[in-house]
Amino acid sequence: MPTLFEKVWNAHAVRTLPSGQTQLFVGLHLVHEVTSPQAFDMLRQHGWTVAYPQRTFATVDHIVPTSSQKRPFIDLTAEEMTTALERNCRQYGIQLFAPGDDATGQQGIVHVIGPELGLTQPGMTIACGDSHTSTHGALGAIAFGIGTSQVRDVLASQTLAMDPLKVRRIEVNGTLKPGVYAKDVILTIIRRLGVNGGVGYAYEYGGSTIDNMSIDERMTICNMSIEGGARVGYVNPDEKTFAFLKGRKYAPQGDAWDRAVAWWKSLASDPDATYDDHVVINAEEIEPTVTWGINPSQSVGVSEPISTKDQEALTYMGFTDGQKVAGTKIDVAFIGSCTNGRLSDLEEAARFVKGRHVAPHVKALVVPGSQEVRRQAEAKGLDKIFTAAGFEWRGAGCSMCLAMNPDKLVGNQISASSSNRNFKGRQGSPTGRTMLMSPVMVAAAAIAGEVTDVRLMLEEVTA
Amino acid sequence: MAPITVVTGRALPLRGNELDTDRIMPARFLKAVTFDGLEKHVFEDDRKDNPSHPFNNAAYQGASLLVVNENFGCGSSREHAPQGLLRWGIKAIVGESFSEIFRGNSSVLGVPCFTAAKADIEKLQAHIEQHPDVVVTADLSTGRITAGDVTVQGALPAGVRDAFLTDKWNPTAMLLADYDDVKATAARLPYVAGF
Ligand code: SF4
Repeated sequence: MPTLFEKVWNAHAVRTLPSGQTQLFVGLHLVHEVTSPQAFDMLRQHGWTVAYPQRTFATVDHIVPTSSQKRPFIDLTAEEMTTALERNCRQYGIQLFAPGDDATGQQGIVHVIGPELGLTQPGMTIACGDSHTSTHGALGAIAFGIGTSQVRDVLASQTLAMDPLKVRRIEVNGTLKPGVYAKDVILTIIRRLGVNGGVGYAYEYGGSTIDNMSIDERMTICNMSIEGGARVGYVNPDEKTFAFLKGRKYAPQGDAWDRAVAWWKSLASDPDATYDDHVVINAEEIEPTVTWGINPSQSVGVSEPISTKDQEALTYMGFTDGQKVAGTKIDVAFIGSCTNGRLSDLEEAARFVKGRHVAPHVKALVVPGSQEVRRQAEAKGLDKIFTAAGFEWRGAGCSMCLAMNPDKLVGNQISASSSNRNFKGRQGSPTGRTMLMSPVMVAAAAIAGEVTDVRLMLEEVTA
Repeated sequence: MAPITVVTGRALPLRGNELDTDRIMPARFLKAVTFDGLEKHVFEDDRKDNPSHPFNNAAYQGASLLVVNENFGCGSSREHAPQGLLRWGIKAIVGESFSEIFRGNSSVLGVPCFTAAKADIEKLQAHIEQHPDVVVTADLSTGRITAGDVTVQGALPAGVRDAFLTDKWNPTAMLLADYDDVKATAARLPYVAGF
């Protein structure tokens, strides 16, 4: 019996290409300023046009400054890249959620605004020139990152040449302990299966822990599938999915809504679906998890010692084998990104931060994932809680997740970060060091001035 | 386009697992609206950090093949990484394993990524390190990779191999052929019609 992956794949398969690959129709194409300008140029060079401009949506996220979005940007390259996207969208009739003064107010990280606007829906195939496109699978879509030449292909034909994937069911069961979040679950999965364990697979996440998660939490999980090598990650759509989508701007309305829900329900993996592989994880064993190395599988529970033979990673990070991560002094704390820059992430962190203060030597940033997240957070007064505690409250964008804007590490600073990649140099300084963890653990590190077990501080509150 | 049947030239052995695309092409070089000039920045931070990095080694300048280890090109989907390598002169890569997105991006640029067994990669890397002038030949139809008297068996996914051999490796034209089929598929999808 088929999985959701197979059902969605088959519904979108146009035919088998002479290369043996499948030509797959792309239901939603998301575009941002970094990986698209060359694709539009290739389109023009060949005299092609955009096949389905109404199925393509664009935003500016990677290079936007987050201190002020006033145009023109001070960074002239950022301004040029934004202008190029504006021009391309105008020429081909593509809806753009732009930053700046005359904007729609909907700009944000592409993987935050897709679900937020109801563009992301169950059963869709979604492509974007960005590897974290897997995020959208949290709503039961088959969503994958592509390169710029493939962005050109989707623009020109609304289709892609793809090889099918196998499906690995990852079941997480049980109740998460206090202080343990979706981020810890996905870091644990990647630690267990490795950074290339998912190559050739789509990850289907299920089990009681995932069933009990909010859509935001499921997005955190699906987001990092790619860090485990899986191009696609998804959760079968359920009542939570439908409740999340209902009433959103691009979601179906009226009678169409009921027909949509009926179709979406029919797409979930059959109860007796067969999988190429099956992995079971016990949620109760998961601790707050922190990366100590230079790829996202190099993590430990906060109370565990590092155990490794990877000297390169230890040297780069300045750790020794057997050391614990708790107590590592940090310089920067970053809460944001498409992994953990949504409203619920900020709420959770703010609840912890309230009444506390950032350690004097720490630069702490909160960067909402979208303008909408920012507005909602401000309506709830979260900005005041963060700024009173000594965090900077910023505009929406990718910011220090990859540091293509002015938010960067300096020298070999250590950052406690809620983002998804701890690669060498990822946060803007070639020698900068990144430790990935949940937003609440980032908040705890900001306050303590060092990596710390948030559970000890939670006890302080309840005691 | 032309079929790609064989890639020949000197080779560059690059040791290390999980060399991600942030290292191949750091994000600050993505701030441009073209791919021009990316060859100058390939592995820039690693090269600065390590003067004896193979990409700094005079003996390997002008190499056409790259021999790598596990999960090469993992991380970000940035095509800037294979674009930079291609512009630097790399026309084929042989490795233990690749990230899928990187391998796909390279394929559409006409750069085949062969996989080979760990022990065979070690043999190739060691041989090239001892004989940087050796001419390496990667044959797409047989999958054989030869470096002097070392020959190892490499593999390409069958579809990708056939696409290279029959000059169908750049898919756009194929995707646009018989376009009515695409429209028919779209029309059958409930959401395209607004349910
Ligand atoms: S937040 Fe980070 S990972 Fe997400 S899209 Fe932006 S740069 Fe990529």
